[in-house]
Amino acid sequence: MTALIDLEKAYRDALRDRGFRRELAGLLREYAGRPTPLTFAGRLTEKAGGAKLYLKREDLAHTGSHKINNTLGQGLLARRMGKRRIIAETGAGQHGVATATVCAKMGIACDVYMGSEDMRRQELNVFRMRLLGAKVIPVESGSRTLKDAMNAALRDWVTNVRTTYYLIGSTAGPHPYPMIVRDFQSVIGREARKQFREAEGRLPTAIVACVGGGSNSLGIFHPFLGRKEVRLYGVEAAGLGLSSGRHGATLSKGEVGVLHGSKSYVLQDRDGQIREAHSISAGLDYPGVGPEHAFLKSTGRAAYVSVTDRQALAGFDLLTRYEGILPALESSHAVAFGVRLARKMKRSETVLVNLSGRGDKDIAILSGKTGAGHVPD
Amino acid sequence: MSRIEDLFSGLRRSGGKALVVYLTAGDPAPDRSLAYIFAAAEGGADIIEVGIPFSDPTADGPTIQAAAGRALAAGMTVGGALSLVSSFRERHGTPAVLFGYYNPFLRYGVGAFCRDAVRAGADGVLVVDLPVEESGEMAPEARRAGLDWIPLVAPTSGPERVRRASRSGSGFLYMISVTGITGVRKSFPPGMAAWAGEVRKHSRLPVAIGFGVSTPAMARSAARLADAVVVGSACVQIVERHGSSRTGPDALRRFVRSLKTAMR
Repeated sequence: MTALIDLEKAYRDALRDRGFRRELAGLLREYAGRPTPLTFAGRLTEKAGGAKLYLKREDLAHTGSHKINNTLGQGLLARRMGKRRIIAETGAGQHGVATATVCAKMGIACDVYMGSEDMRRQELNVFRMRLLGAKVIPVESGSRTLKDAMNAALRDWVTNVRTTYYLIGSTAGPHPYPMIVRDFQSVIGREARKQFREAEGRLPTAIVACVGGGSNSLGIFHPFLGRKEVRLYGVEAAGLGLSSGRHGATLSKGEVGVLHGSKSYVLQDRDGQIREAHSISAGLDYPGVGPEHAFLKSTGRAAYVSVTDRQALAGFDLLTRYEGILPALESSHAVAFGVRLARKMKRSETVLVNLSGRGDKDIAILSGKTGAGHVPD
Repeated sequence: MSRIEDLFSGLRRSGGKALVVYLTAGDPAPDRSLAYIFAAAEGGADIIEVGIPFSDPTADGPTIQAAAGRALAAGMTVGGALSLVSSFRERHGTPAVLFGYYNPFLRYGVGAFCRDAVRAGADGVLVVDLPVEESGEMAPEARRAGLDWIPLVAPTSGPERVRRASRSGSGFLYMISVTGITGVRKSFPPGMAAWAGEVRKHSRLPVAIGFGVSTPAMARSAARLADAVVVGSACVQIVERHGSSRTGPDALRRFVRSLKTAMR
């Protein structure tokens, strides 16, 4: 608890420091490649036959996903706090890669906890982390996925708290992490708001983003929260189907609980034991969700929907074949729902999909799952 | 006065120290667990800490993680743990503290849990992942039901937090010996004696040292620094080794007796 109080204080101090803000802005621009573009998806719009579809291209950020926005910010914070070692948990490996990247850039030792099931699914990212000089520590407990990696990272942190910075990658975990991650990821929404005004002269009718722990979605939602006319949709992983019991749809099917230091919706059994989530995408395979999403659900400001593994694969195929962009399987959930939504909307309306990451990491899974030459409707 | 307060005021008069033994409820199986709890009490434990197994025990090392896994796989529940306490209470007056993570209590209903725990004969409750800032969700319910609320402090806590934690609870203050998780260790971290001195200075409650106390010799040296000593993983290892075999409870009884003897 003391470490969390110290972290919050250090974070607030950093935000007040113009030097910190300037260094982060510089890194985001010159190292991470921000601002990422806003792309009009013309052929996909035609295919859907409804609202105009736009993509916020986080897949083009350095390391291939939005995760770098937060790891640069927290990396600077860790250095400022004098920590000599950074630890992280990772599901899909994108946060692990982004953490290992920042540690290489800043010369800080890096250990990444990853469930052994996720290491198998995302082998390419394991290799990337190791190339970057990070140690990837396999986690064999529980479901061997993101939840268990987070357990292991928390145990490491309480043991080495004096020297180690725990760099959480999602808007989950104990306060102040959900706030810090949301703040660093809000750059996505701020850029998108400006770019959208330039492109369309107005704000989007709807914004769609996938929700695992919730970082890319809160990042794009947050700057729009005050603009009630913009509809917000969070897309959860329905896995094999909401009624199958094998899914990651925490907000749709979970109940209020406490996991990893925050109170939110949690997939759990009748006795309060945490259930295993399931999704084809390792990044959405988490039985909890950031507490701010629970808040947005309760106030009705954002709507939460879900997309199955199969529908996400169809979303992947659509974006790949119609726009020449390979989305991450996580982001494919947002694409699938975005297309479904646009189809029912007027041609004068617009949908902005947050393309949180690129799909190169998923090639091994995809080569086993999708039939060559098959474009689903 | 609660059973735990009685115990400590008696020990204050006699100059003795309390031995707290931790066991995971339902380990190795719901119907084999009670024999181990009896054995701990018969071996001389002054307080039994009954762990409610949780799927994601972030404060526990491999030994107690595995115990929780065994108990859950064998069908242990929160209600089942309360039944164990109830069966134990029919035959023993030894104080019992329930130790767990917040989510199962929240799911059960915090008020209902506290009332049912008292009805089962439990004397206190310790929630390892509910810091003093958040204890308002459960501590008042525990007090109202008549349970001692056992607060925890860690080596990073500092004097102000120790004071605040000790004021937030009753029974005793659980002092974590190391920055880290539960588990068997070969020695205490350097600086533990000084840390224990700080805690005793700022706590208005009796102080129990836990995490890592693994041998009779370690129990003896920890007992010199505090009012009580908690031994968890070393006892759970005996359960792990013997499982459902008849020799298990005897082995635990002998080990607990050796701890108690060393602390005299």
